[in-house]
Amino acid sequence: MYELTNVTKKYDQGKRSVTALSNVTLTIPDGQMVAIQGPTGGGKSTLLQMLGALDRPTAGTVHLGEADLSRLGDGKLGVIRATKIGFVFQGFNLIPTLTAQENVETALAPLGLGHADRRSRAAAALEAVGLGDRGGHLPAELSGGQQQRVAIARALVKEPAVLLADEPTGNLDEGTRDEIMDLLEGLWRDRGLTLIVVTHDSAVARRAQRRLQIKQGVLKEVA
Amino acid sequence: MFITYLRRELAGRRKQTAIVAIGMALAIALVIIVNAVSSGVQLAQATVLESVYGVGTDITVSQTPTAPTAGDTSGGPQRFDFGAADGTATDGTTTVSRSRLNATRGTSTFDSTALATVTAVDNVSGASATLALENTTFNGALPTFTPGTAPAEGATPPEGGPDGAGGSSFNVDSFSVLGLDPADEAVGPLSAVTLTDGRSLTKADAGAHVAVLDSSYATSASLATGGTVAIAGTDFTIVGLVTAASADAATAANVYIPLDVAQTLSGLTGQVSNIYVQAASSTDIAQVQSDIGKALPATTVKTQADLASSVSGSLSSASDLVKNLGLWLSLIVLAAAFLIAVLFTVSGVTRRTREFGTLKAIGWSNGKIVRQVAGESLVQGLIGGAAGIAIGLLGILVVNLVAPTLTAGTTSVAAAGPGGPGAGRGFGGAAQAAATSDIVLTAPVTVSVILIAVGLSVLGGLLAGAIGGWRASRLRPAEALRSIA
Repeated sequence: MYELTNVTKKYDQGKRSVTALSNVTLTIPDGQMVAIQGPTGGGKSTLLQMLGALDRPTAGTVHLGEADLSRLGDGKLGVIRATKIGFVFQGFNLIPTLTAQENVETALAPLGLGHADRRSRAAAALEAVGLGDRGGHLPAELSGGQQQRVAIARALVKEPAVLLADEPTGNLDEGTRDEIMDLLEGLWRDRGLTLIVVTHDSAVARRAQRRLQIKQGVLKEVA
Repeated sequence: MFITYLRRELAGRRKQTAIVAIGMALAIALVIIVNAVSSGVQLAQATVLESVYGVGTDITVSQTPTAPTAGDTSGGPQRFDFGAADGTATDGTTTVSRSRLNATRGTSTFDSTALATVTAVDNVSGASATLALENTTFNGALPTFTPGTAPAEGATPPEGGPDGAGGSSFNVDSFSVLGLDPADEAVGPLSAVTLTDGRSLTKADAGAHVAVLDSSYATSASLATGGTVAIAGTDFTIVGLVTAASADAATAANVYIPLDVAQTLSGLTGQVSNIYVQAASSTDIAQVQSDIGKALPATTVKTQADLASSVSGSLSSASDLVKNLGLWLSLIVLAAAFLIAVLFTVSGVTRRTREFGTLKAIGWSNGKIVRQVAGESLVQGLIGGAAGIAIGLLGILVVNLVAPTLTAGTTSVAAAGPGGPGAGRGFGGAAQAAATSDIVLTAPVTVSVILIAVGLSVLGGLLAGAIGGWRASRLRPAEALRSIA
């Protein structure tokens, strides 16, 4: 369960200080699917970074279960990201020189698994997203939808508790968007994940159990 | 994962890998070639010096000749005086013959007790004394002169002499003689010669009238092993023939005889002209030189380094070229190669910001990313190193196939002693004994050269990897991802 209490995040831009998040207080129970919407520059990605242990707030606390993400050092935040949180990015962020199989395996590298274990788990993850026969392909040899499936496999191969998706369908056409959202929803249901999706797309947001709106760093529940 | 990722990255970014590897390869090849040629030049210098001063000689001790004293009327060693009763008169012709054995012109002798002084110096592992001599033989035939008679007016024309008409005929022959300790072959003249016939001098030859001849001289003088050679009017049995490494070497002579015999025959009892010294190790040479200089203040003490500075000719030019241009060129190219490797690595890290941000987001630690970047750079460096070794060895092969011949000249400076009439020598001026030889330059391949190449490639790779890795480790995952959003 996530618990954010009075989270504020400020960035220095030259002599100016920009407030990306302002006193955000939020609780997300385990297993919930949440959509976060808002205009560009409203603070969506900053909030996702706080939830994903990628950054620390300027003020306030962020708890994931027992762990206080606002206080932990870089090393421990890295361990939490490696074990508990999966990321899916708008631009897929696959490593272009690695095959689909190897890209998925990168998520297992920090866990210290053996080669055979890594291979079998990555293959199973690709199978789960419908790309069992594309493991040897480079990202450039795959369509956008397939690349995002590989990214989802990479996020889920370590069996995290939380999946954070930042505009996961932003680079996809409508048909592929629906396929990817069907896949994410299915995985969320099957695995009991906490799924948090940042999106501009209302069609995507409507699929979530809970919708949040963030504007100028201020978070509001959407009825 | 490390190996797979590394392999994929290097294969996937062939252009960058190739540029870094080529830069590193050229630099390392240049270092290898310059290093090998430098070794070859040093070997050539050592060969020249060994041929001149003997194998294993680290230090030479000699005494600077002093200028003749004013009013010296001795006439020098080249002057032959004959009395009226000298010679053998036959049929109106008087034949005279005389041999003299004197110290070689331009050298000076000093007390042989200096050898014991030198040997007593700390860290002297061997020393050998020599006496450089010149044997001059005068042969002549002239009309028999009857004292107290003056030719009368209308007397018959002069008779006698080699032409029967009162003429004369003279022949002056000279050859060099080196007196040496027959027991010492490790250092000094005997170390710089090769036995071609018979035997060399041994400890048992001390005091004996035996000689070893330079084979070229023996041929020209029609002498052979088993025959005799007359030195200062005394017959010496020829026991062997040798070939000097260089005919112009300071230690080369036409005839080699035991030192004690040479001293006795030349009247230079207890005198030597040179001492050749071997230090216990190369690190002791400076100390030994200094100590000998203090113990024998009247002598000139020279080391191989001093001797090396006397090497001139194209060998000297090659040495200067390697030392100056070659060294700096290697350093500049090496620095450029390292810089290229660092810049490409840093540029690669900047280009891969999203990649590293993503890896950090999925849990990769800074250490793991630094290792990955450093590993890639290291392998690029090693690829460059391997190519550099191959190119370098090829370059060395070309040098050895071309085998350029260098001319080496050595000059040893000595002040001239008193000169005899007609000897053509100055008084007190510096006389230079020059020796030249042709040396084929070879570039040896040594393990150290290969190790240096491998070390440089590892160093270059690690340097680039360390800087690139440091830059990658400074990327904060959120910022890395935000920068490409």
